[in-house]
Amino acid sequence: MVKRYQKLYLGLMFLFLYAPIFVLIFFSFNQSESMGHWSGFSLKWYRELFRSERIQNAFFYTIVCAIISTTVSTILGTISALGIYKITKKLRELVLNVNYLPIINPDIVTAVSLMILYISIGFQRGFSTMVFAHIMFSTPYVILTVLPRLNTMDPNIIDAATDLGATPLQAVRKVIIPEIMPGIIAGALIAFTMSIDDFVISYFNTANSVTNLSIEIYNMARRGVKPTVNALATLMVAFIILFVFIVNKIGNNHKSKEVLKK
Amino acid sequence: MNKSLNRLSYPYLLWTFIMIVIPFFLIFIYSVTSSKEGSPVIFQFTFDHYREFFSPSNINILNKSIWLAFQTTVYCLILGYPAAWIISKINIRKQNAIILFFILPMWINMLLRTYAWQIILGRSGILSTFFNIINIKYEGILYTDSAVLIGMVYNFIPFMVLPIFTTLIKIDDNLIEAAYDLGASTKETFLKIIFPLSLPGVVTGIILVFLPAVSSFAIPRLLGGGQYVLIGNLIEKQFYLLGNWNFGSAIAIILMILIIISMMFMKKTDELKSRGGGTLPW
Repeated sequence: MVKRYQKLYLGLMFLFLYAPIFVLIFFSFNQSESMGHWSGFSLKWYRELFRSERIQNAFFYTIVCAIISTTVSTILGTISALGIYKITKKLRELVLNVNYLPIINPDIVTAVSLMILYISIGFQRGFSTMVFAHIMFSTPYVILTVLPRLNTMDPNIIDAATDLGATPLQAVRKVIIPEIMPGIIAGALIAFTMSIDDFVISYFNTANSVTNLSIEIYNMARRGVKPTVNALATLMVAFIILFVFIVNKIGNNHKSKEVLKK
Repeated sequence: MNKSLNRLSYPYLLWTFIMIVIPFFLIFIYSVTSSKEGSPVIFQFTFDHYREFFSPSNINILNKSIWLAFQTTVYCLILGYPAAWIISKINIRKQNAIILFFILPMWINMLLRTYAWQIILGRSGILSTFFNIINIKYEGILYTDSAVLIGMVYNFIPFMVLPIFTTLIKIDDNLIEAAYDLGASTKETFLKIIFPLSLPGVVTGIILVFLPAVSSFAIPRLLGGGQYVLIGNLIEKQFYLLGNWNFGSAIAIILMILIIISMMFMKKTDELKSRGGGTLPW
């Protein structure tokens, strides 16, 4: 009896979490603009979506910005973590505290502070300022995922590598990097998701002509409900499900291979 | 070798100085100076912007923001804790799938999920169609306080459930068995064993919900309408509509101080956290 109530509770919870998404998808195929009445199947909102140059541009900017900012912040974060690992304790505490600021600060405070910086130094806001802002808020996460890996690494292996004749660069490339790889990958994943999802910081740090999907959705939703947004949402949900499916597949293959090896 | 490595941190020191430290000083300077026509050329020291903030209407906005964040946190906790508890008792094979389904909506753009509620709650939305069919008068609650609250709880509830779940699965089952063996009732076991042990997760959840909720501005704007002003909207207005950067900066500084105070408030429990865990599962 108790079990049944628990199942019911979880069921209601998932209804709460997923009903909005299903409604969104359902009405993307609606013929009329109404979101309350079903008046027949149609793909016209998708056609409208693909005709919209603004949305295509926004999609392009979102992806390119995420790729650039993830690459740069992963490399910058990893290199910096290596440095921070070796600097004096006092300096390390200072750097890490500053590093924490973008993480605990409300997005909107980070956003306006960067906006003021750009305008003060006369940097025209646009795509590049958006990318710089994304690098700024994702690098701290990379550092925070890489640093614990370095701390738990056996420091003797670096000495062993150099004793055996490795140059410092070789030691980093062949010993340290493989050791901290899981941290680097986790950091890169966080950076990518944060960049794709960001709204507030991009909103304040880009020009009118350059938008990302979040800004575009915000502007469309502010003007009122329109099924083209639903069509966009449906495509994004489909993309995510596909992504999860592929990652799961790869993960499972990996696991079964490991089992076979044993 | 060891010495040469520390040089690798220098570029980042410079980067944080330019991208984090200087911008922070800039908003601070803007918040305590006044300028004409938005140009910061003539610096004139003043506390007027802070004084301006403490006018009744702005204090109202601050109270409203804190109250909304508080309500959001409470609802997330009341609805989320039982869910985390139920999930923690399911067998591990199913558990992973259920947790994945909890995280999945978070990967869908936050604004899209908020927009979905516009559709549901709107005057001619699906809820009003439903109520019409069963003959109940329904005016639509879009652009009301309840709509904003629903949207906030919807967006933030995974951040409450997941950390609580991770502390709950770490609890040693033997402790619970021992409590029962020693004659504790189900209620006593929960109140004296399970709940106290899950506190670090609860605290992490509260931090992850409350802090971003105070400063959120897209959800209130989309579900509360243009008239619904929270502290985040107030900042946006100063920068986008009114061009009053000095006042906007002062509000940003006040918001930061508010966040720092709440962080310190929860710092005590941070020590608990380092002992117990209570992080997100990724």
